[in-house]
Amino acid sequence: MGSRASSLLREEDIEEIKKQTGFSHSQITRLYSRFHSLDKGENGALSREDFQRIPELAINPLGDRIINAFFPEGEDQVNFRGFMRTLAHFRPVEDNEKNKDPTSGEPLNSRTNKLFFAFRLYDLDRDDKISRDELLQVLRMMVGVNISDEQLGSIADRTIQEADTNGDMCISFSEFTKVLEKVDVEQKMSIRFLH
Amino acid sequence: MFPLSHLICMLLGISFTVWFTLLLVFIIVPAIFGVSFGIRRLYMKSLIKLFEWATLRMERGAKEKNQHLYKPYSNGIIAKEPVSLEQEIQDMRRGGAEPEFDMSDIFYFCRRGVESIVDDEVTKRFTAEELESWNLLTRSNYNFHHISTRLTALWGVGVLIRYGFLLPLRVTLAFTGVGLLVVLTSIVGLFPNGRMKNYLSDKVHLMCYRICVRALTAIITYHDSENKPKNGGICVANHTSPIDVIILASDGCYAMVGQVHGGLMGVIQRAMVKACPHIWFERSEVKDRHLVAKRLSDHVADKSKLPILIFPEGTCINNTSVMMFKKGSFEIGCTVYPVAIKYDPRFGDAFWNSSKFGMVNYLLHMMSSWAIVCSVWYLPPMSRMEGEDAVQFANRVKAAIARKGGLADLLWDGGLKRGKVKEVFKEEQQKLYSKVLVGSSEDGSSS
Repeated sequence: MGSRASSLLREEDIEEIKKQTGFSHSQITRLYSRFHSLDKGENGALSREDFQRIPELAINPLGDRIINAFFPEGEDQVNFRGFMRTLAHFRPVEDNEKNKDPTSGEPLNSRTNKLFFAFRLYDLDRDDKISRDELLQVLRMMVGVNISDEQLGSIADRTIQEADTNGDMCISFSEFTKVLEKVDVEQKMSIRFLH
Repeated sequence: MFPLSHLICMLLGISFTVWFTLLLVFIIVPAIFGVSFGIRRLYMKSLIKLFEWATLRMERGAKEKNQHLYKPYSNGIIAKEPVSLEQEIQDMRRGGAEPEFDMSDIFYFCRRGVESIVDDEVTKRFTAEELESWNLLTRSNYNFHHISTRLTALWGVGVLIRYGFLLPLRVTLAFTGVGLLVVLTSIVGLFPNGRMKNYLSDKVHLMCYRICVRALTAIITYHDSENKPKNGGICVANHTSPIDVIILASDGCYAMVGQVHGGLMGVIQRAMVKACPHIWFERSEVKDRHLVAKRLSDHVADKSKLPILIFPEGTCINNTSVMMFKKGSFEIGCTVYPVAIKYDPRFGDAFWNSSKFGMVNYLLHMMSSWAIVCSVWYLPPMSRMEGEDAVQFANRVKAAIARKGGLADLLWDGGLKRGKVKEVFKEEQQKLYSKVLVGSSEDGSSS
């Protein structure tokens, strides 16, 4: 039967997470309850297996890449803070935040940060550029066995050609941003959290 | 012997006698004849009033102390939009010359993936449902701080009543019910086969199950009894707990299907099958699907035998949804009588989380809850239609049960409780996306 999930989260922690991520108090407690229900080992942290237990995520072609985005470099466990930090990228951008004072640091759910999250999904080795090889690998994940190597290769070549402005045959983050400047990133990379 | 201990012995003796007489008159005799004094319903109504008061008190208390009250996410944490992959990707294509692939395509998978991490349809079906109001059981409360003395006192009284009075009463009844079942079915088994034996077997089974129903303080409302399953058919129902069997079998006679167990279960099984034919499989036989199908169809073909009771989900689900029905029972080709069972979670959670609790633990939880309240709907019989295969038929029955019981109708397999999802579903997603990529280059300007 249910365990007292929310009582394990202290008020100070909730306040800190609220400041860092911008989620409301009730959203944080609900997400903590969700975190807790995913944490089958009950050790306060999620492992990759915990994520893979979600069927809808397991059948997502980019499931593994998304799971990877939650884990910092070289680590196997993500705690609640890290979980919330990653989820914060998907908070919708509220109007009153657009006028926020830039010296307080960019909010996690800004357009740039959302784009960077997506960039990281392509950038497998985290060297801040997307090589042809990396693009091919991600494309292969998305299409499975349904498209031939040659066709996929030409798709990758074309994409790099269109995006690459400095001729290094890789896509950097600024080139990535330029290519997507007309896309409504704020809407496409936001989840409607209920209050 | 001192006169004091004499007195105590006499008092104990008298209280025991009174206790057993009350038990007999108010519980066992009505169980035998299938009537009810209405005590349980009265109990249920008073409990509801109590819970509402408790919840209001807690909300008021939380407001006074300026604490946040944890509200379960019964409306969901997020609002999802049911947009398909093709739709989404077309929306994202920036007009003009249509490129085959766009780097923004990843947004769709990304968002869907993170949405499923925050809230997915499957994993929440395998844990107990969360409640809006508190039912004075600490096991279902997330806000239990000391809000008011009255509330805590009430909770304390509740514990005393449940563990000190209700639990022993229920355990006694349970033992009586099971004991009587074993003994009486064995006696009936001595009779020669015929109408007399069937009649007696029905009566005995019904009586013992009714005692068990009272052992759980189960308050059941049966709807549409004109659709009750008849001989030569199969009764299918959604599965929440082992108690489902007791609930259905106390209102009608069924042939049970199951694996042969050892221990107490085995004793009960062997006794039951003496009185009327149930279908018990050896562990090795369960794997052989043809053998299973044959035994079931043989049973169904014999019109003198009772309808079979089967739970096609194959595992216990938490009663908020109905998951995939295994097609085995729908291939047999006889009439199917669907039954929907919905528990009222306010009085005690009936869901058996078999990965967390064993059977004994679960039964103890059940017997120390306030009550088990549920509704049973007998749906009109269904048969397989022309051109419909077993899977489609199973889905049709499942949809009818889900609709009647007010449960979500899911295509996911209940086996996901323990096992991994099949690769083929991911391959379907990949195929869909490939079609969007390659398809758009084939038909040029059409979008």
